[in-house]
Amino acid sequence: MKREIPILITLVSGLFMLLAWFVPHPTVRSAYEGLQNWAIVVVGFTYVLGVANLLRINVRQVSRKERDWPYKIVLLAGILVTMAVGFSEGNHYTDVDSRFQWIYRTFYSPMTATMFSLLAFFIASAAFRAFRIRSVEALLLAIAAFILMLGRVPLGAAIHPAIPAAADWLMEIPQNAAKRGILIGAALGVMATGIRVILGLEKTYGGGES
Amino acid sequence: MSFLAGLRYMDRRWIFLGVGLLVLLPLLFSFHIAPVQPSNRARGFYDAIEKVPEGSVVLLPGDYDPGTAAENYPMHLAAARQLMRRNMKIIALALYPAGPPLTDQVLRIAGAEYHKTEGVDYVNLGYKVGNELVMSQMGQSIPKTFPVDNRGIPVNKIPVMKGIQNFQQIRLIVNVSAGYPGTKEWVQQVVSRYHVPMVAGVTAVSAPEYYPYLQAGQLHGLLGGMAGAAEYEILVGAPGLATRGMDAQSLAHLFIAFMIILGNLAFLAGSKKGNGR
Amino acid sequence: MFAFPLKVGDTPNDGGGSVDISWTPPVHHPTSWILVRREQGGTFAPVATVDGADSHYSDDSAQNGTSYEYQLVASPADPALDSEVSGPARSSVNLFDWSKLNVLVVAGIFFALLFWYIRKSEGGVKWVFRKIPGLDAIEEAVGRATEMGKGVLYVPGVQDIDDIQTIASMILLGRVARITAKYETPLDVPTNSPGVFTVAEEVVKSAYADAGRADVYRSDQVRYVTSEQFAYVAAVNGMMLRERPAANLLLGAFFAESLLLAETGHAVGAIQIAGTANVHQMPFFVVACDYTLIGEEYFAASALLSNDARLLGSLKATDSVKILMITVIIVGSILATFGQTWLGDFFATQ
Repeated sequence: MKREIPILITLVSGLFMLLAWFVPHPTVRSAYEGLQNWAIVVVGFTYVLGVANLLRINVRQVSRKERDWPYKIVLLAGILVTMAVGFSEGNHYTDVDSRFQWIYRTFYSPMTATMFSLLAFFIASAAFRAFRIRSVEALLLAIAAFILMLGRVPLGAAIHPAIPAAADWLMEIPQNAAKRGILIGAALGVMATGIRVILGLEKTYGGGES
Repeated sequence: MSFLAGLRYMDRRWIFLGVGLLVLLPLLFSFHIAPVQPSNRARGFYDAIEKVPEGSVVLLPGDYDPGTAAENYPMHLAAARQLMRRNMKIIALALYPAGPPLTDQVLRIAGAEYHKTEGVDYVNLGYKVGNELVMSQMGQSIPKTFPVDNRGIPVNKIPVMKGIQNFQQIRLIVNVSAGYPGTKEWVQQVVSRYHVPMVAGVTAVSAPEYYPYLQAGQLHGLLGGMAGAAEYEILVGAPGLATRGMDAQSLAHLFIAFMIILGNLAFLAGSKKGNGR
Repeated sequence: MFAFPLKVGDTPNDGGGSVDISWTPPVHHPTSWILVRREQGGTFAPVATVDGADSHYSDDSAQNGTSYEYQLVASPADPALDSEVSGPARSSVNLFDWSKLNVLVVAGIFFALLFWYIRKSEGGVKWVFRKIPGLDAIEEAVGRATEMGKGVLYVPGVQDIDDIQTIASMILLGRVARITAKYETPLDVPTNSPGVFTVAEEVVKSAYADAGRADVYRSDQVRYVTSEQFAYVAAVNGMMLRERPAANLLLGAFFAESLLLAETGHAVGAIQIAGTANVHQMPFFVVACDYTLIGEEYFAASALLSNDARLLGSLKATDSVKILMITVIIVGSILATFGQTWLGDFFATQ
């Protein structure tokens, strides 16, 4: 029964949500939106589990002095201090001069931007390491890449106006066509996976055999 | 082993150093490589805002966080400037939890330049959890979805929110987005159902995803990445962070193209010597 | 000057409570219109103010079944510009959204094909599918990790559990966990959402129990890291650099972090298999990973790995619908070239 009940709930709610999408009747619509609201509430509660797991694993690693345990203290301090500051400031945590905003501006904002900026370096190293022109298709890809890289920056237009025009054409015609093909395939895959889950053909996601 | 063949085993930190220097030097020494030329997509974005009657209510969702601020923040600020120059009433919000402070900053800077007052000329409704569900709920009632603004003030006490019920009162959506939830969801949930005109500024890597919407007319303009932001800054007449960054980006793109060529030459040299796979 | 007419009617495909009013604005229109409304036999009262250049408004405050008449009154007042009084209109509840008929038709065809192919599969028909190198490589990758005495890192993407790519990732995780349980290969699953964490923990625990290796399961194999995208990337990259897994499985929805993960994984010498339906990240995975499952290959992976007749039948149904769509696109394009747009119009979503 432990495995059958979740599958039954998935079947009933999945079929309801699928059919309700087509029905604008207010009773059906409010149940449809109500279920979505419940999903948000449930996800909110799972944050409690997530934080508990985080604390449990890292506190254990600190207490056993496992490898790199000092960094775990930094992590725990970060979580607890940020939570304490946020709770202590209540509704004023969004004020420009609040301590929470100071933590946001001083730590969170630059660190997040730094991680994203690593992409620029990694793209260069991936381009050097992995972009091998071993076939005609790869050569075409490389030519398209050069046109686009130049066409997307002012340098391309300064060299020749045809470069940004060619870049635009590549993006609007062949790129769009290929992307639409992949999107149609992916959308069909999404539909198939969703229906397999709703009908209970796939049970592995809930911890059961299919 | 020749020098070229040996390059195959080069420590990738030399490549990182090259990128770092080429990005840093133009920013430090402000030399210009080429002027920014606005594209048709950026013009569409600019013209769509210019066409909206002055004083209209515009929705400005800033769906991004500090991770993509380098690309999204300049276009967000330029959009706020253009909207305030045209005396639009701005209703701003964010669907990313870390988004509201960035929205606050943008509105404050632009508001100070154009002498606009929070509450009277613009409001930041803040963040709401729920992704597409928030958009769907706004279609029923914006005040019920956001009962208070980011400062905790009830929206029925905010002058700029007077008479705002749902998307019928919104003339244009100016969305700045980093991914999910963002432009695609706004198009699917709002533009398709309520036929509100929309323009979008997105990150460079996700811009190709929205070309079909641009071609179909569901988006009237599209800014892609820092290049799009720079083009838009030129059109607005306020060159800023993005415009300054274009010289660095030009050199970085050249460097990456050079790395592709160098990597292949190194591979060929190694293969000829029988050192490669 | 003649008063211009208003066209009024129930808003189609809605849950009631709304009347659509449309008109052609006169050349010389006022700054704005005041839309006034009365019940039949009643007096007019203002409902809304509409911009002078507008041509459409939906009155969302109508009561179902009540008959209303509308008029547009110029503001500033100028009776010569006012519209005619419209005929009666009443709002009503629609039981079906006819604008979504095209989606229902395609879904209905898919369901019909699905059940047909499943019946055929259960009847013993064996379908032939092309080889997907990335799938065959999964078991090889786990075997390689076992031989090297190292672990497998499974990254289920950065979306929450309600995303279909994450659900597909959980299905694949169950299959991978069975393999790692069989070989006693360490498996680590860092998650970026508490919802994904709870499901992944259950999936891995059950997989180990089903494989008869519940003793090998560790309670910290699956962990919640953080919900912040780049903080998650930093943590996973740190795990890769410290633990140096022999195999990285990047299966799920990824955004800007895809190349950050893939390049770091390459730097530590791991064999990498990636799968995502996010089109904008596929190029990064193709360049940086050893194998990439592109789009529908990723969704087909779980069915192909299971070898279950019914799941394979569903793959055939997907392929059939795709052939149907390609046919419709070709036929529709030819028809549209000759001015016949009815087929394309049927599939339009707005």
